Amino acid sequence: MIPGVSINEILTLTSILFFIGVYGFITRKNLISVLISVELILNSSVINFVVINKYLYPELLQGMVYSIFIIAVAAAETALAVAIIINIYRRTGSVEVKETETMKY
Amino acid sequence: MEKVIFYILAIIMVASAVAAVSSRKMLRSVVYLLFVLMGAAGLYFQMDYNFLAAIQLTVYAGGVVVLIIFSVLLIQHIEMELEVAGKYRQTISALICLLGLSVFLATIYAHPFEAAGVTTTTTTAEIGRALLSFEKEGFILPFEVISVLLLSVMIGAIVIAKGGMEIERPLMKKNDPEKILQKNTKEKTEEKIPEEKNRCLK
Repeated sequence: MIPGVSINEILTLTSILFFIGVYGFITRKNLISVLISVELILNSSVINFVVINKYLYPELLQGMVYSIFIIAVAAAETALAVAIIINIYRRTGSVEVKETETMKY
Repeated sequence: MEKVIFYILAIIMVASAVAAVSSRKMLRSVVYLLFVLMGAAGLYFQMDYNFLAAIQLTVYAGGVVVLIIFSVLLIQHIEMELEVAGKYRQTISALICLLGLSVFLATIYAHPFEAAGVTTTTTTAEIGRALLSFEKEGFILPFEVISVLLLSVMIGAIVIAKGGMEIERPLMKKNDPEKILQKNTKEKTEEKIPEEKNRCLK
C-alpha cells in the first residue's frame, strides 16, 4: 500500500477515469476515438483490481493475476479492433460511427 | 513524500484522460492516452507491484498505443480535425457521467473498507507459480485459455485485415463530385435518347 494514501482516494481516481472513458465513448464519433475511450475504461478497472488486492488482501495474488489476464484480453481486443477498423476503411472510405451501417457484404 | 507523488500522478492522469477524450486531433489524443497508461504504471510502482508495472509499460504503452498510432497513421490525415458532438449532446452525456460518478463515490465512501495494515512484497517467482499451478488458487486453466485466445486473435486479425477480394465502394463513389457529375450527364443523355426514339417511331 502507498503510505498516507487511503483506498478511498485511489478508488475515487479510478472512478473519475472510468467516467471520463464513458463520456468519450458516448460523445466521440470516430471509431478510433471510441477505441481509446474503451482503453481508458479497461485501464481504470485494472487499477481497481490491483488496488483492492493490495489494500484488502495483500497476501493473496488473485487480483494481480486477473489484472494480467485483463491486460492480455485488452491487447487482443485492440489488435482485432484495429484490423476491423482498417477493413471498414478499405470498404467504405471512412471510420465514422454513423457510416458503418452495413454488417455484411 | 509518497502522498505528494500520488497526487501528482493523479492530476496528470485525470488531465490527460480529459484531453484524450476531448482533443480534436487524433494523434494527440493517442499520446494523451499514453500519458494515462504511464501514470497507471507509476501507481503500480508505488504499490510495489514491479512486475505488473513492467507488463503495463510493455503491453499497454509499448503494444496497444503503437497499434492505435499505426491505425491512425494508416487511416487519418494528421492535420484533419475531428467532428465533435453537439453542445446539447455533450452536456447531456456529461450530466449522465456526473450522475454515475456520484453514485460510485457515494457507494465507495459509504462502504467500510478494512485495510490490512501489513505490506508484503510479491516476487515474480510467486506470480509464475500461481499462474502455472493446478492446485487450489492456481490459474493454469485461464492461462491456457488466454494462450488459445491470443492465437485465435492473431489468426483472426490477419484474416480480417488482409481483405482478399476486390470490393465495390458505394460510399466513395457517392462522395466523389466528378463522378456524380458524370453520372448525372449520362443519365440525362440516356433519358433523352429513348424519347427521341419514341418520337421517330410516332
